[in-house]
Amino acid sequence: MMEISHETLVAIAKSWGLFYFIAMSIGVLIYTFWPRNRKRFARAKLIVLDKEDRPCS
Amino acid sequence: MRLIAGLTTTERQTGLFLAGLVTLMGAALGIAGRNDLLGYHGLLIVVFGAVIMIALLRNLDAPEPEESRLSEYYDDPIRFGIVLTMVWAVFAMFIGVWVSALLAWPELTFDAAWASFGRLRPVHTTGVIFGFGGNALIATSLHVVQRTSRARLPDQVSPWFVLLGYNLFCLLAVTGYFLGITQSKEYAEPEWYADIWLVIIWVTYFVLYIRTLARRKEPHIYVANWYFMAFILVVAVLHIINNLAVPVSFGSAKAYSAFSGVQDAMTQWWYGHNAVAFFLTAGFLGMMYYYLPKRAERPIYSYRLSIISFWGITFLYLWAGSHHLHYTALPHWVQTLGMTFSIVLLVPSWASAGNALLTLNGAWHKVRDDATLRFMMVAAVFYGLTTFEGSFLAIRAVNSLSHYTDWTVGHVHAGALGWVAMITFGALYTLTPSLWKRERMYSNSLVEVHFWCAVIGTFIYVFAMWNSGIIQGLMWRTYNDSGTLTYSFIESLVAMHPYYIARTVGGLFFLTGAVVGTYNILMTIRHEPRPLRERAETLGADQPLVPGE
Repeated sequence: MMEISHETLVAIAKSWGLFYFIAMSIGVLIYTFWPRNRKRFARAKLIVLDKEDRPCS
Repeated sequence: MRLIAGLTTTERQTGLFLAGLVTLMGAALGIAGRNDLLGYHGLLIVVFGAVIMIALLRNLDAPEPEESRLSEYYDDPIRFGIVLTMVWAVFAMFIGVWVSALLAWPELTFDAAWASFGRLRPVHTTGVIFGFGGNALIATSLHVVQRTSRARLPDQVSPWFVLLGYNLFCLLAVTGYFLGITQSKEYAEPEWYADIWLVIIWVTYFVLYIRTLARRKEPHIYVANWYFMAFILVVAVLHIINNLAVPVSFGSAKAYSAFSGVQDAMTQWWYGHNAVAFFLTAGFLGMMYYYLPKRAERPIYSYRLSIISFWGITFLYLWAGSHHLHYTALPHWVQTLGMTFSIVLLVPSWASAGNALLTLNGAWHKVRDDATLRFMMVAAVFYGLTTFEGSFLAIRAVNSLSHYTDWTVGHVHAGALGWVAMITFGALYTLTPSLWKRERMYSNSLVEVHFWCAVIGTFIYVFAMWNSGIIQGLMWRTYNDSGTLTYSFIESLVAMHPYYIARTVGGLFFLTGAVVGTYNILMTIRHEPRPLRERAETLGADQPLVPGE
């Protein structure tokens, strides 16, 4: 069985961990600012203020 | 009983079956552990199950509930959860005051083993975090998910199973500490059988939440639900991994952790810090993103910012736990990793706090008049302050002064009193009148009283601990000319005494506020508020009658 050394883990954490973090951030930013999502978010924002206190049938 | 009359006959039978099952499990545990402390817990579970069985049996043949209930939200467990939240608040904050008094006057243990500091302290922490905080989260999350999905909960049994089962867990935890049952992991003290029970409850909670979201009539899942989902999911993962342990036998309360040494410490603080992150932050942010805009009657300032901060918080927090282990046997680079992530965390944290405060921009007159909204405003301010302080304390050099001192305790309480409890009280004061179909709370003046008690209490507490912590830290690191320590430990303890008394006073203020709040909520449940005209005569016409108008 291949032994995973402490040094290997550190190297992975220090290099790929960083890229993973950056990729994740870019993904979130793309989702947030994707033009097609604008309408969904604008609608979602107002759900809270809805006065009708019963489920949609 | 009205709560049981709301269930269909099949649901009552299912409930009876489940309660019976729990009773049997309790009996089995009690018999297997009859020569151990476990026996008491077996008995407790039997009593808990039996009480529910008797309540259900007595109302088993009550008439079926009306069909029209399906066109309403299912709020009975939420109402029950609000009352439980306040009961736990008063109990656990009372224990908190007692524990703090113990540090100033050690004779207050009355020579009883169960009242020693080591046992009372986890009763306080578990009672406030899991009893008060957990019940508040369950109640508000089930309220928010229904409203923002415009869908009723999918069934009427699982919410009760979650709520009552969760409170059984809290009872097992708290009574266990009094008896001396603990696995000595901070915020994860309950032993293996209680841990397994919580896993069952938590998975049911998760499935219930997902099923409700699946029934939603809105195209988009509102951001508050994302926070609640993160809270439920991550707490499940943390709880399961940190509590991996092997019991001595099925008849023993004691279990041994699967981890040892520095791995155990890292797992524990990965759990511990993320309990703060996902239990005490993400869940309560979910609360804030719904009740603050609701009460202010203004939509959240920036929906997009709320999404970015959501992913920032969920991603970054998971790596920050190692800052609890600075200057220990933990590898240096892991400490540095935790420190770095803790600092970066300030960005999404302040984004959330700023988003909340900017939502109030243009509604400051409401904040001035309405103590409920003011609770939530103060919560957002304390959230911002505490997350800044947290990032700062996570820096290794700062930590060398602050660690093991009262500064940490002050930091935790700035978060717990200033943020968690304040946002909860704000949410409960918004929720209670609407759930019991009241125009407003029984007494707005009492909400004011509660607000000021809470604010004064928090300030006294936090300032006392800042002072005490920094003095302690400095005394411990002062050397004299010959290179030895200037102060003995006992001298630093004597220096703490006045601050410990001040802290007890602060806690007492906060407890008083919680008692006033509980009274106000119970009176709102029992009575319609007096009509406005009658109040106008007693108050004088110039005072605002309804906050925010």
